[in-house]
Amino acid sequence: MDDILEILSNDSRISPEEIAKLTGKSVADIKKAIKKYEKSGIIVKYKTIINHDLARDAGSFVRALIEVSVSPQKDVGFEYIAERIYSFPEVTSCYLVSGTYDLLVVVEGENIQTVSNFISSKLSPMENVRSTATHFLLKKYKEDGQVLKNTLSGKRLNISY
Amino acid sequence: MEIEISKIVEKMAPSGIRAFFDLVLNMKDVISLGVGEPDFVTPWNIREKVISSLEQGYTSYTSNKGMPELRKQITGFLKKRYGLDYDFDNEVLITVGVSEGLDLAMRAIINPKDKVLVPEPIYVSYGPVVELAGGTVVPLKTDITSGFKITPKQIDQACTKGVKALMINYPCNPTGVSYSKKELEAIAKVVKKNGLLVISDEVYDELTYDFDHTPLASINGMKEHVVYLNGFSKAYAMTGFRLGWVCGPKKVVNAMTKIHQYTILCASIDGQMGAIEALRNGFNSMQMMKKEYKRRRRFIVDSLNELGLSCHMPDGAFYVFPSIKSTGQSSMDFAQNLLKEQQVALVPGVAFGKSAEGYVRISYASSYENLKEAVARIKKYLAK
Repeated sequence: MDDILEILSNDSRISPEEIAKLTGKSVADIKKAIKKYEKSGIIVKYKTIINHDLARDAGSFVRALIEVSVSPQKDVGFEYIAERIYSFPEVTSCYLVSGTYDLLVVVEGENIQTVSNFISSKLSPMENVRSTATHFLLKKYKEDGQVLKNTLSGKRLNISY
Repeated sequence: MEIEISKIVEKMAPSGIRAFFDLVLNMKDVISLGVGEPDFVTPWNIREKVISSLEQGYTSYTSNKGMPELRKQITGFLKKRYGLDYDFDNEVLITVGVSEGLDLAMRAIINPKDKVLVPEPIYVSYGPVVELAGGTVVPLKTDITSGFKITPKQIDQACTKGVKALMINYPCNPTGVSYSKKELEAIAKVVKKNGLLVISDEVYDELTYDFDHTPLASINGMKEHVVYLNGFSKAYAMTGFRLGWVCGPKKVVNAMTKIHQYTILCASIDGQMGAIEALRNGFNSMQMMKKEYKRRRRFIVDSLNELGLSCHMPDGAFYVFPSIKSTGQSSMDFAQNLLKEQQVALVPGVAFGKSAEGYVRISYASSYENLKEAVARIKKYLAK
């Protein structure tokens, strides 16, 4: 990965000035590169990873991973049915995968009922959806490379040769 | 009863530094730039390997020289990485860190009245291990005008009667300075001319940022002149495992092994297990850490120069060695005052030899957030 992207993927709030210092490039070059990435869609969005378990707020959604088997269609393959599914705002992620099913769909809702309703009334009855298997998520340990607990630190002595 | 301590030991250890270290260790909420080890935890695959080796019951002694599998891995690695040829059975010894290697090397070669050339500033144990072995240190002083590098001319001129060996550490703790292949070739020439043995501590070799590291032993005709020391602490963030290695001429390695078998017996088996895994599957983690250090290096050098603490760009390791002469304070005063007023810890240059007065060692093996905060605090301290 490009140096700038790597730094941003770890801390999206870092300033162009700081990135310039870390990479040895000029601030103008960094700003230009970021603009380019944003424009071309390489940088999609700047987000924050929130540990909702700790926040215990309205954001503490129920999340389900759903294995969806579908029948691909002539000419468009999986694209059409995938789009039908991922366009629902309840769907937070959608992947085409190899293996015993086709689409891995991540759905979020306020509680188990809302998620179940979505699956039974929207997803399962959809034309070309052959079957679904739903796994409610019980606990998040790690997300996007980030372990979601305060890791121990400060085991080093403060000074040593 | 009046207990009499060995004269050599009594003479050792600069007491001022020890008092300063105690001060730092007892203080809370310190941002520390004073640490001589990575801020990364040992990569998980290495830790996991050690855990499972314990579960499998690997808890015994190993061969004095170290596990054959590890020695083979090391020679294989050196061949692949640097084109170096060492025989795993006769020319390799696994040590308890490079620190043991330094001590063994000195005790294996020094006779009374022998002298050893030691660059200054240098890592704190170099002088003491020469003296403990009964030798005499001949300092090769360097400063900012030579970029903290020893020169072939300097070595040549210092080679008076009784000079037997040269110790060298590159990339260097505390200055971060390293040597290019060309510079090493020039050093090799005077080493050969004067028939010196070189104890070459290259434990920071993988943390060389702007050019490829060249082991001194890989320079033409140098293998028989070099006791090559390296280890796992820095590159693989394995400091606490205490694991290093020595490669060198059979005669020297044999002599070192003799001492090692009586005083240490063998390096710990879990460290050796971890080291095998590090060499097999540790390369990517090491590269990731190196990349991170390289970024922080740029940040800290730029920031210090902006604050008026003039600072050269180090070639490797994770230290910068800025001058604090502009403050008019001694390195010890600077370190103590900065600690008391702003709770930032660093190591005063004087710890690394008299010629390092006027400098401090800052370790950038610390998170970017910490470095940023430390720079802000140093700025506050200087503004006063």
